[in-house]
Amino acid sequence: MTEQERTLLPLLAGLCPMHAVLNAQGHVVQAGPTFAKLFGAQPALGMRFLDLIELRRPHQAEDMVTLLACAGARLRLRLRASPHTALKGVLLALPGGGAVVNLSFGFSVVEAVRDFGLTGADFAATDLTTEMLYLIEAKSAAMEASRKLNLRLQGARIAAEEQAFTDMLTGLRNRRALDHVLDRLMQSEQDFALLHLDLDFFKQVNDTLGHAAGDHVLQEVAQRLRDAVRANDLIARVGGDEFVILLLGMTERAPVRDLAERMIARLEEAVLYRAQECRISGSIGITLSCAYDSPDPARMMADADLALYAAKGLGRGCARFHEPPDKSVAPLRGIA
Amino acid sequence: MHGLVNRAIERFVRDTYGRDVWIGTIHKLDLGFTEFEAMMTYEPRITEQVLTVVGTRLARGRDDLLEDIGTYLVSHPATEALRRLLRFGGVDYVDFLHSLDDLPERARLAVADLGLPGLELQDRGGGLYHLHVGLPEEHDLRLGPVVVGILRAMADDYGALALVEHQGVGADHEIIAVRLLEEGFAHGRAFALGVGGSAA
Repeated sequence: MTEQERTLLPLLAGLCPMHAVLNAQGHVVQAGPTFAKLFGAQPALGMRFLDLIELRRPHQAEDMVTLLACAGARLRLRLRASPHTALKGVLLALPGGGAVVNLSFGFSVVEAVRDFGLTGADFAATDLTTEMLYLIEAKSAAMEASRKLNLRLQGARIAAEEQAFTDMLTGLRNRRALDHVLDRLMQSEQDFALLHLDLDFFKQVNDTLGHAAGDHVLQEVAQRLRDAVRANDLIARVGGDEFVILLLGMTERAPVRDLAERMIARLEEAVLYRAQECRISGSIGITLSCAYDSPDPARMMADADLALYAAKGLGRGCARFHEPPDKSVAPLRGIA
Repeated sequence: MHGLVNRAIERFVRDTYGRDVWIGTIHKLDLGFTEFEAMMTYEPRITEQVLTVVGTRLARGRDDLLEDIGTYLVSHPATEALRRLLRFGGVDYVDFLHSLDDLPERARLAVADLGLPGLELQDRGGGLYHLHVGLPEEHDLRLGPVVVGILRAMADDYGALALVEHQGVGADHEIIAVRLLEEGFAHGRAFALGVGGSAA
């Protein structure tokens, strides 16, 4: 060791607490206090540096020659012993074949301060590690508060949407929800059957037994309709005693007709209200999206409406399909 | 006013006096909600109103109430995160006092719109320090008493013996005197640098 080295090397302990000085054989002859802490009870002094720490990038090193070959480069290293903490560092050659290595933790710092019980005093006064740890904690706390707020806002939004799309009396979807779903079906080009249901004799129930009875009947109707369709079909109450039902994926008339007739049969079963029998029925107009070259919600609603009037005209309690006009006789519109 | 301030008042009342006291008090204001969101902004007058009804309910003067809140912020287990963030300021109480100048800037790094008052420490020698707490421009709320509570609780936290006193209000700042009697008076609470370190 030269006279100059003897003067300068001790300064390193104050400036770089995680440094080590290696002799020409690659043994640690001087170590900063934090460097020493990495090895716990095992003294680092006198040990071969490469027995303590493994060089991973830019290349592996087995001896002092290969180690010195990456002098000045950014080094990636790892403790050989558990917890195998990742380190970064730089190595500079000393005259006479030795070297100075200075290390830091990089992203492993959060675990490292815990694993080695490090404090602010273990880092150089100019080191930003403490500030970085502060930022990590401060930002995590702020993020956590934001995340909780987001969850609450999301919950509130879902509840508000749910409410905005729900008919409060029956718990069925409302007109807004129906428009929304129709738009979505158009965009995704999914086929479906559209049923327009109008209750028959409901006005009589309302007039003779009162609104409370009418409300009760509507709730019972809603339950019976829900029981009749599949989970992903949609039932919307679009008027006092008017409902629209969307049966997703339906392209054949026969199963839709069966379902519509089953619904009507269920509606015709008496509803009990305060020991009074309320008897209603329903008429249904139906149209299928696959009957159109390019289905349009407004057009389909109008066509289902026409079919509904045809059903009513046939004496109520029945279901009718919209019959597209014969293309050869177009533009005459009508219903069969 | 930043929601964190209102939330701090709320948590102080809830954690110290119980949920019923908070709900009963906040209902008087008829705000339409009983919980403040930490990450939202509220009108400054709401903070003013909350402090008034809480002070009345707890029979505490404004300054005493604010000081209690400051103490709560450092010493209650529910606010351990804040104590840790303050402890990052310095390795001992003097170091911590010297870090106060940077505190608004530190806070801004974490929560950009928190808007803490400016802090300036003057070392008068012989263990006497004067801390100037800026008066906010956008509202009339003086936060000096909160700082008094924080400084007292942090002295305990570091194990230092210090007298902290509010000395009055100047043209644009409040003055707090800190007289440090003994730095290593007692064993302070533990502070491990690592995230989730022991809360001791």
